[in-house]
Amino acid sequence: MELKVLGQAKPGSSASANEGGCSKSACGSTSDQMMHLPEHIRDKVRNHPCYSEDAHHYYARMHVAVAPACNIQCHYCNRKYDCANESRPGVVSELLTPDQAVKKVIAVAAKIPQMTVLGIAGPGDPLANPERTFETFRQLTEKAPDIKLCVSTNGLSLPQQIDELCKHNIDHVTITINCVDPEIGARIYPWVFWENRRVRGAKGAKILIDQQQKGLEMLIERGILVKVNSVMIPGVNDKHLVEVSKIVKSKGAFLHNVMPLIAEAEHGTFYGVMGQRSPTAGELTELQDACAGDMNMMRHCRQCRADAVGMLGEDRGAEFTLDKVEAMDIDYAAAMTKRAEIHAQIEAHRAEKKREADAEAAANLTANPTANLLGDLPGDLRPVLMAVATRGHGIVNEHFGHAKEFLVYEASPSGVRFIGCRRAAQYCSGDDTCGEGESKLDTIIRSLEGCEAVICSKIGYAPWERLEAAGIAPNGEYAMEPIEEAVAGVYREMFVAGHLSKAGGELRA
Amino acid sequence: MAFSINDACVNCWACLPLCPSNAISANLDGAAHFRIDSSKCTECEGDYADPQCAAICPIEGAILNAAGEALNLPGSLTGIPPERLEEAMTEIQAR
Repeated sequence: MELKVLGQAKPGSSASANEGGCSKSACGSTSDQMMHLPEHIRDKVRNHPCYSEDAHHYYARMHVAVAPACNIQCHYCNRKYDCANESRPGVVSELLTPDQAVKKVIAVAAKIPQMTVLGIAGPGDPLANPERTFETFRQLTEKAPDIKLCVSTNGLSLPQQIDELCKHNIDHVTITINCVDPEIGARIYPWVFWENRRVRGAKGAKILIDQQQKGLEMLIERGILVKVNSVMIPGVNDKHLVEVSKIVKSKGAFLHNVMPLIAEAEHGTFYGVMGQRSPTAGELTELQDACAGDMNMMRHCRQCRADAVGMLGEDRGAEFTLDKVEAMDIDYAAAMTKRAEIHAQIEAHRAEKKREADAEAAANLTANPTANLLGDLPGDLRPVLMAVATRGHGIVNEHFGHAKEFLVYEASPSGVRFIGCRRAAQYCSGDDTCGEGESKLDTIIRSLEGCEAVICSKIGYAPWERLEAAGIAPNGEYAMEPIEEAVAGVYREMFVAGHLSKAGGELRA
Repeated sequence: MAFSINDACVNCWACLPLCPSNAISANLDGAAHFRIDSSKCTECEGDYADPQCAAICPIEGAILNAAGEALNLPGSLTGIPPERLEEAMTEIQAR
């Protein structure tokens, strides 16, 4: 599935209303967010499930937790658990030695031939554990040269480690950059460990910022793709991240992933314990929109864990515990041949889908040159957020009760655009109750905050009533239809019913 | 003269590779947390200006000197001294 993200124009501006290209979900040629990238970059990311919304339906990735130590303290992290930025907070991954990690990767890549990417993201910082990280990479480059390697880092050691890093099969690096101003940094990072000393406050933050920026420049010089992650912390760096986005973009980062702070007291982080709040879904979208004018934004990140295995949004780690891996007998060469075959089949399938979509887009373009399904409506209608239950391929094809996540779209007279992904039961074990007696349905309804409709293939009577009571209109009328058309259809119904005038204002038809 | 680690340790591994005397061992063999071998620890005397384990440890009060006193005092790693804690909390909650 491809998702339409406005890369260069702000929502509601005249540019976005007339922006060319196909707004259909099924259209692979123009609506993927990666379309804004130059060809040589697109080639590198098109099979990476974390970077391409389309690829994540076909390809799998895994993380191995080989890097326990960290050289900085972030206020959103509790070192008892995995890095809170690179995985879900409150999670402890199974720490592996490089040899164990390599065995696990080879086993997974043999059993899940869709695998294309291996990442090291923690549980601490990969470059604060250079020997463990690079030994893992060295063995994998030798034993599974078709698997791409990725690393996510806070950047403090990046300039020192860059030459060693570039020796391996690495196309992209993620740097977490939360600020470029040391005073703001001092409110996020209480200290860094630098040249064998602990350096506190703004002085420490300045060292970190300088190293991150230098590391970013050095990676770009060497032709490595850089994605920047930022954690949005209300009242600390929320406004500032617009500037961060401009700077990292001007230096050549290809993608910016702004993620919401997660700060719960029970995770024991400084922010959690002190009562620092997380951004609302609306605040996050507003910031992502503000940054989008300067940068390709990443909106489908699932914030997965440091030892995640499988397709994005799923975790098959339990199938590959150390004792199970130990018992597997793997033929490296046969597994690699199998992967090449499966990848070729996937690519043939994607090419076929793209041809169909291109043909459909061409047909639509004749009928509707602006490709805006809502372009005929009055321009001053308020935008509406809607949640869609889908299993991919750009259509409404998931039951409400089975949805593990919802894709959120915004409909307005400018058209339909993808806003982001909301987990249906984030941090919920899937039991009937979750946390302090809150039911799973309550959690889902809370995660849909700001949405006025939820579109799914089917929905039961009980959740229907509860959603309506929460002010969210359930809709099962668009089963198996393309997502954008469904969202546009519901918006049009709301217009006809007179629900779309600005608050207190009259409809001007 | 040797440091020790108490049960506030969260097994984060940060100290282990830094020790110039290889005196730190992981939570292997059933140990609940990392430990310093007192026969090997030199308190980094002659190697570094600051003892390395105490300089990277993220947990206040987890590393003790030979007299059993904490090397990282309360508030020294969060940047918020205990007497300012309430004020800081009010400020953070207003964000």
